[in-house]
Amino acid sequence: MAAQGATATRSGLRSALPLLAPAYLWLTVAIFLPLSAMVFFSFMTELSLSGKPWAFTLGNYAAFFSQSLYLTLLLASLRLGLEVTLWCIVIGYPAAYVLAKVLKGRSREAIFLLVILPFWSNGLVRIFSWAMVLREGGILDTALNAVLPFKINIDLMYSYPAVIIGLVHSYVPYMVLTCYLTLQAIDDSLIEAGRSLGATRLQVLKRIIIPLSMPGLVAGAALIFVPVVGSFMEPRILGGRTGTFYGTVIEDQFVAVFNWPLGAALSFILLAVVLVILAVASPVLRRAA
Amino acid sequence: MAGVQVSNVSRSFGAHKALDDVSIDFADGGFYALLGPSGSGKTTLLRQIAGFDFPDSGRIAIGGESVERVPVEKRRIGMVFQNYALFPNMSVADNVAFGLSVRGEPKATTATEVQRALDLVQLSKLGGRRPHQLSGGQRQRVALARAIVTKPRVLLLDEPLGALDKALRVDMQIELKRIQREIGITTIFVTHDQEEALTMSDRIGILRDGRLVQEGPPEEIYDRPQSEFAATFLGDANIFRGDATGDGIRLSDGTAIAAGAGAKLTAGARASCAVRPERIQISTGAGRSDAGGANVLNGQVSKRIFAGSNSTYFVDRDGQTLKVIIQNTGAERLAEGQDVVLRWSPESTVLIAAV
Repeated sequence: MAAQGATATRSGLRSALPLLAPAYLWLTVAIFLPLSAMVFFSFMTELSLSGKPWAFTLGNYAAFFSQSLYLTLLLASLRLGLEVTLWCIVIGYPAAYVLAKVLKGRSREAIFLLVILPFWSNGLVRIFSWAMVLREGGILDTALNAVLPFKINIDLMYSYPAVIIGLVHSYVPYMVLTCYLTLQAIDDSLIEAGRSLGATRLQVLKRIIIPLSMPGLVAGAALIFVPVVGSFMEPRILGGRTGTFYGTVIEDQFVAVFNWPLGAALSFILLAVVLVILAVASPVLRRAA
Repeated sequence: MAGVQVSNVSRSFGAHKALDDVSIDFADGGFYALLGPSGSGKTTLLRQIAGFDFPDSGRIAIGGESVERVPVEKRRIGMVFQNYALFPNMSVADNVAFGLSVRGEPKATTATEVQRALDLVQLSKLGGRRPHQLSGGQRQRVALARAIVTKPRVLLLDEPLGALDKALRVDMQIELKRIQREIGITTIFVTHDQEEALTMSDRIGILRDGRLVQEGPPEEIYDRPQSEFAATFLGDANIFRGDATGDGIRLSDGTAIAAGAGAKLTAGARASCAVRPERIQISTGAGRSDAGGANVLNGQVSKRIFAGSNSTYFVDRDGQTLKVIIQNTGAERLAEGQDVVLRWSPESTVLIAAV
């Protein structure tokens, strides 16, 4: 089967080339070249833009291991990625289920639009509007105090929960979309077959629907986890002083400290860690799926 | 195991009456076919019995116990779906075991029961396969094994053979019938294939536009249809329309057709007669007497279709085309355009009240 597929690919490759070429050319120019430059930078002692002398070094990578701060921040970022992914599953999966299996026609389209709306708004605008909602005397605080009989102070701004809220809001559409696609592909007769065999709705969910939608959950989790671990905008704006994560440190190296070689090295360490995590997780997840 | 009583069940979807006051009694251990064209309500009725949908009014009882408001998972039914609906994430054995394991049966009993069910459908060695590695006929058998392993009170089949090719379908018909006899389970199966309904079932219910048109053993419905629809939907029939004369009808040209079977109608009422194409004898008319009280009509062969063991003649007569099926015994063949005489006995003629 696999060999057959390989021959088919080889013979089809020549005719497929004109179709593949634009995408790969673009990827080469837009991603591979800058990335190669970054790899190069990460081994330099000094960025030679100003004409200063420079040499090759492993020092930038060594810095990560010599200062425990970087490891602490990396672990904090991984934890952040894990928590945001979990919240996205908790919030996104039921929404995807309702979209795929409960709603039909017009109402489905309307709800679908609401789900993907965050995609169409500017990221920075999104984050600053959360800032207005979450700060003391902000929209949430005022609204709750207007409704509740007693006085409470809601000031989530510049806190870990604020970072989580902002990130979950940004990334939950990925989970909804990937899960929606796999859930929609599940034939309703499978659910009916399960129930006709005496399974309760919960048993049908656990034994048929979740296993069959696992590919969507995994894809959504990967799409969310990876960028969240390296995120810097939400932590910086919504987290304030508490929002120092691995991603913000990398950003600092590029825009504030201007130590590109160290920033590049830290980025590649992050990339390596994420790839290792995905490699370790994928057989487990594939078995589950 | 138990019988199923459907009493005065109605179900509407918006303005559309999918089921309109349907009552059928499915006796314990019988094999029933629900037959009808698409949109006749046969699948809706099956889904009411299964419990996927509840009737607006009426009563459904399984084994004497009212179930019309009981959800499907509590009805203890077995169902085979048109597309089989095997769980693609499980092996064949796990598919079959599903009903037992959600019920919390011990592993050991489950394994024996699953093996017994797979033996019954002759798939003993395929328990470890995945559904996508099976052929259509094998999937069908797995679906059947999965439905009966829980010892349901009723087995419901929704066009179970519709997705199989002709040869396999005939095999599966025989197989399905064998298994049904072996476990003696009340079986209700939905089909739009009249041949399937005739060959497999003990009784047939014909549905049309949400109503039960006729119900009874296949022979009875075939020989004594009570409506033109029943006569033409189950098998072929030549229909004559005219005025009732007491023991037959008179056509508009004055020809009398005697009917020995069917409804008793008062003279003068609008009525029809139905005759099966294979009951009519066709001849050139030469050297025959008209004795014996047989119905006799003259006509002209307009077309002949040879189908191996038999031939179908289309005979034009007074603006009507009649169909006659003759076994190919090697005797004379009639040419197109030839004048012929058609004869059939009154006993083969069914009188039907006009609707």
